[in-house]
Amino acid sequence: MSPPVAPPGWSRWLVPPAALSVHLSIGQAYAWSVFKPPLESALGLSGTQSALPFQLGIVMLGLSAAFGGTLVERNGPRWAMTVALVCFSSGFLISALGAATEQYWLIVLGYGFVGGIGLGIGYISPVSTLIKWFPDRPGMATGIAIMGFGGGALIASPWSTQMLKSFGSDSSGIALAFLVHGLAYAVFMSLGVLLVRVPRGEKPAASGPSALDGVQVSARNAVRTPQFWCLWLVLCMNVTAGIGILEKAAPMITDFFADTSTPVSASAAAGFVALLSAANMAGRIGWSSTSDLIGRKNIYRVYLGVGALMYALIAWFGDSSKPLFILCALVILSFYGGGFATVPAYLKDLFGTYQVGAIHGRLLTAWSTAGVLGPLIVNWIADRQEEAGKHGSSLYGTSFLIMIGLLAVGFVANELVRPVHARHHIPAPREAADDDSVQPQQSA
Amino acid sequence: MTTPSSPSSPPSRRALIAVAWLWVGIPFGYGLYELTQKATQLFTG
Repeated sequence: MSPPVAPPGWSRWLVPPAALSVHLSIGQAYAWSVFKPPLESALGLSGTQSALPFQLGIVMLGLSAAFGGTLVERNGPRWAMTVALVCFSSGFLISALGAATEQYWLIVLGYGFVGGIGLGIGYISPVSTLIKWFPDRPGMATGIAIMGFGGGALIASPWSTQMLKSFGSDSSGIALAFLVHGLAYAVFMSLGVLLVRVPRGEKPAASGPSALDGVQVSARNAVRTPQFWCLWLVLCMNVTAGIGILEKAAPMITDFFADTSTPVSASAAAGFVALLSAANMAGRIGWSSTSDLIGRKNIYRVYLGVGALMYALIAWFGDSSKPLFILCALVILSFYGGGFATVPAYLKDLFGTYQVGAIHGRLLTAWSTAGVLGPLIVNWIADRQEEAGKHGSSLYGTSFLIMIGLLAVGFVANELVRPVHARHHIPAPREAADDDSVQPQQSA
Repeated sequence: MTTPSSPSSPPSRRALIAVAWLWVGIPFGYGLYELTQKATQLFTG
């Protein structure tokens, strides 16, 4: 399947909505928790069992992004978005069958395995295309798409809740809700499939880099460079630090101010979690766009350095001031989102556009690692402190110090990032400076 | 590699751009509205 080339007059502003239609859909994964209580009561599942489809989905996201990235580069964004659409929607349809027949393994297989492939391929599908359309603002372009992944849960959470209310929370109601999700997401994502185009003159990655493209490094070579592993560490540390707050946000703010004159109610804690989601999304577009102005290395200095400072402020002064606690947590979450959204542009700066999607896919294994590491640190330490008879903010003090340490490791790794050595570059063929390539020009 | 084709898009493309952004913007706006409703609980709850 050859990538769809933009016809003359095609606007690059059609590509971000194409990307958003995919990311806003697959971002539904973070709203899986809406289905947990109804599944538990309808099928007699434990909390651990009902989390399985989501967990498998996230594992499959990492694996398919890491191993499918080269295929995505070779076949282009339309192929990738089609695969994402088919897998993600089929996942819901298989789950609908599983709920209707009360066969839970079908829900795990459908949503987790098949749908998870859709998550991974869908996540990386528009990245390199957006970077190629917006060489002047790659941070902003990928920020828009990756903000969509955060936004997907905002849409799905109230929508799925409303649907379960209407259809009922028994197995047939859940089946109907899964069916509607599968069909609606198929229609919604089809906009991406129909609209996505690669710029004219752009060749499929399989044909090699163009002489006009500057420094280019293949995905295979990229993983052999220290730069890739430094960035892997940077992303892993930044995400771990964000998850450290995100994972236990509601109990954390409640515990912090439990012994004060202004304790936090359950509904206020839910409001805090919602505000963190907003900061996460705003960081994706805001900080990523800022990186186009101040540079990728500098913005990660801010994420990691200022992030560590924010953690220090919470650790030492957090329980004395609610506004300070909230402000620091919001800044940390905005850096968490910004870190995700800026990394494709950082990869493009280091390795070029040739196989940036595939390299990004491999780098996302850092996300999977952080997804295990972050919750493990915070939960394990909080449990041990509770066993030791501690309460309130002292449950989290040690975790915060560890987060500061991890951010410092990430800061050093970012400082170690240097331009990639020429021996890793792919030599651009002379004939690649072909005549059909139009010189880059910007449009509104 | 090239970037976009023309500095200004023809009218038909402008309509397509508007439809495409509305397609993703309306659900996103709904999500943001719901989020705002929930976030205000921090100050009122």
